[in-house]
Amino acid sequence: MGAYIPNTEKERWDMLKAAGFSDFSELYADVPEGIRLKGSLALPPGQAELPVRRSMEKLAGENQVFAHIFRGAGSYRHYIPAIVDEIATREKFVTAYTPYQAEISQGILQSIFEYQTMICQLTGMEVSNASVYDGATAAAEAAAMCIGKKRHTVLVSGAADPGVRRVIKTYCFGNGSRYLEIPEKDGVTDRGKLSELLSDETACVYVQQPSYYGCLEDMDSLCEMAHGAGAKLIAGCNPISLAVLKTPGEYGADIAVGEGQPLGIPMAFGGPYLGFMAATKEMFRKLPGRIVGQTVDRDGKRGFVLTLQAREQHIRREKAGSNICSNEALCAMRAAVYLAAMGARGLEEAAKQCAAKAHYLQKALKGAGLFREHSGEFFHEFVTASDTPAEAILKALERKGILGGLPLDGKRILWCATEMNTIEEIDETAAIAKEVTGV
Amino acid sequence: MKLIFERGAEGRGCSILPPCDVPEVEFSRKRETKLCLPSLSETEINRHYSELEKQVYGVNSGFYPLGSCTMKYNPKVNEAAAALPGFSGLHPLQPEHTVQGALELLNRSEKALCEITGMDRMTFQPAAGAHGEFTGLLLIKAYHQKRGEGEKRTKILVPDSAHGTNPASAAMAGFKVVNIPSGPDGCVDLEKLQEAAGEDTAGLMLTNPNTVGLFDKNILEITGIVHGAGGLCYYDGANLNAVMGIVRPGDMGFDVIHLNLHKTFSTPHGGGGPGSGPVGCKEFLAAFLPGKAAERREDGTYEFETPAESIGAVRSFWGNFLVVAKAYAYILSLGAEGIPEAAESAVLNANYLKKKLEDIYPMAYPGTCMHEFVMDLSKIKEKTGVTALDIAKGLLDGGIHPPTMYFPLIVHEALMFEPTETESRETLDEAAELLRKLYRTACENPKELHEAPIHTPVRRLDEVQAARKPVLRYSYDL
Repeated sequence: MGAYIPNTEKERWDMLKAAGFSDFSELYADVPEGIRLKGSLALPPGQAELPVRRSMEKLAGENQVFAHIFRGAGSYRHYIPAIVDEIATREKFVTAYTPYQAEISQGILQSIFEYQTMICQLTGMEVSNASVYDGATAAAEAAAMCIGKKRHTVLVSGAADPGVRRVIKTYCFGNGSRYLEIPEKDGVTDRGKLSELLSDETACVYVQQPSYYGCLEDMDSLCEMAHGAGAKLIAGCNPISLAVLKTPGEYGADIAVGEGQPLGIPMAFGGPYLGFMAATKEMFRKLPGRIVGQTVDRDGKRGFVLTLQAREQHIRREKAGSNICSNEALCAMRAAVYLAAMGARGLEEAAKQCAAKAHYLQKALKGAGLFREHSGEFFHEFVTASDTPAEAILKALERKGILGGLPLDGKRILWCATEMNTIEEIDETAAIAKEVTGV
Repeated sequence: MKLIFERGAEGRGCSILPPCDVPEVEFSRKRETKLCLPSLSETEINRHYSELEKQVYGVNSGFYPLGSCTMKYNPKVNEAAAALPGFSGLHPLQPEHTVQGALELLNRSEKALCEITGMDRMTFQPAAGAHGEFTGLLLIKAYHQKRGEGEKRTKILVPDSAHGTNPASAAMAGFKVVNIPSGPDGCVDLEKLQEAAGEDTAGLMLTNPNTVGLFDKNILEITGIVHGAGGLCYYDGANLNAVMGIVRPGDMGFDVIHLNLHKTFSTPHGGGGPGSGPVGCKEFLAAFLPGKAAERREDGTYEFETPAESIGAVRSFWGNFLVVAKAYAYILSLGAEGIPEAAESAVLNANYLKKKLEDIYPMAYPGTCMHEFVMDLSKIKEKTGVTALDIAKGLLDGGIHPPTMYFPLIVHEALMFEPTETESRETLDEAAELLRKLYRTACENPKELHEAPIHTPVRRLDEVQAARKPVLRYSYDL
């Protein structure tokens, strides 16, 4: 069927002749005969739009979309204001290329500049880049910013998201730096073990706030320890929590990174997501990827351009700090529209509701015999343990259309609540769990 | 135009969330500094972005012949498919039996793209082309390490015409970069390659068709030399659009590749992303792939499996899933015959436009081009003082997105045009007409082009000031 080619076959023949050829095969004269594809690709024939749509709908229909979700672990269901989808699906924003031609790309450039400002506001840091692929690659890129000739060990908290840890470790395999994990203790970084691991080879310490288990780390003291050993501190943050919790800027982190998905981006089976990165004035020239800066045009009018490009791969090639080129610009725009729609008050309200509902859920589950494993403060996630197999509880919830927490092993479950969860839903979840545990 | 922070007034906002239905909780480690975000009504937010949108050039604002970027039409049915709640509403860590459609989509996309590229397995974790390069190089590194040659094979050969991401990715993966000069024909200099390849060679990174728009006809000799030295061959898929369905990287001798779904497979660029850069490889590298693969069981159901000797993970979860969904819808639309048809038409459009310009604009390399061609404006610059940049800026006033400028680096005043197959003959004719007009202006009134653009929302911007005195965010304190 169609390959989205406007020209008819006759027109194409005319064009071919106008271009000085007598047959289409001449276009590929440089391709050695021996390696050309014999026959056609082993794929089905092309289809018209309607059957394509039906095929895609059929695949989508074979997935279960849960109406009630208590699972986070790196991907969170938050309310996405209608205006976010409306703006982020406008065709020009969706289809434009990277804004290298600044004169006709001011809309994209300004939207990124505004995004950078909002990320600095959230994190309390001085400079933000235009985004990277996701929170995990943001963490890995941040670690790479800290590595030097003498300091080449990356310490990563064992209380951080295992998916993020895996990505940092893989990037370390690439650049040859040493990857070490700081053991976890009671849902947070074991500070005693951290002080043993810190040395004059430590480039940086990566800590996640809140931790993978939802617990709040004592970031002030972790920062002090890292800095005391001459290492940088990288904070991996949940962006919604930054509306209410002490910011990386306030506790003195050198780089703040995180997964921006909670900011108006759908869970979408894991992507596209948004990696945000912000740094201090001292570190910002090492930030990877695109950065938008303000300037003026020939008539003195304010305008925006991609700037500090001397850091980047298309200029520095093998000497660049990172290879990143494409980023997640449209997701960054989603985040900016989300933050504008929520406003400071709205974001704070969302953060407070997440925490309030998670705490209410925790108490309700406790009544069902699922006890919290850790002791410290938590934000909107927490771990329960019980003698009842996790699978039995989660299956029972699933039968009622509820996606329960993430099973960490046979007995432990990592739960999450957000502003999306209602009191009725939480009560029902606890009641179902109670039936299974028989408490 | 006003910044979003310069609009609205304290106290304005949108009403999004209902009051909380459970008791509040307090934290001991609270945010102390005031959070400043826009205070705007929904009307104002909407208008603000409408203003921004006016100052954006999208794929359908006009002709977009940006070389090496494959700015083809982004079909709407793909967008509609990816927006289905059955895809966008899935948590990435749902039980596998509740995401069978998503796993099937990944499995089928992998099979189709392997068939198109001549690879055996593929991962969708990489989120962009450069990310794919890094991933592919890690596979090469893992392969040599497993054979006990990791210490020895430390160099990656990269032609001097390569995309900047190639050497940057090699450095990130811990390799030393050896630049291979191009021959006078713009292709790999076989002698130089032979000299450079040896026991320290980990691999070669190559784009074919290359960045000057030519198919390197010595491709089998090239991959043969590298294999002969014990290295592996990496295919940068940026230019696959020219040859998909015609010749496969796997049959050219490549062991590992990346694709840019946001170029070749019609997914939109989003003003810089998200893209998707899946990495494919031959069977002997499959055990090293990152993340998890969606495997089909005998009973027809699907499950995730981690490759036996996986390098780990290069991104969270399963990559930019919705982008893969769009590409899959595109593959369904084109099918076995549409894929080579698209490639052939892309090559035709490039040759047609080139023919219409080559009498006045010197081409960097003679002969038949693939999906793109490179002009060299050095002589025009010498004669008139008008640079490639000036011509590009002149195109802006004519309503056309300029081609890629000053790339590849081996051509000095380079303009690289890639029309793609989704442009009509009239669009190409009009573009040729405008370029001929600009040439006349260059000869008769070069000053006019130095001044261009004048009809755009802003004129040429002061990049030096932007870099010297960086203003990288709005400051609420001022």
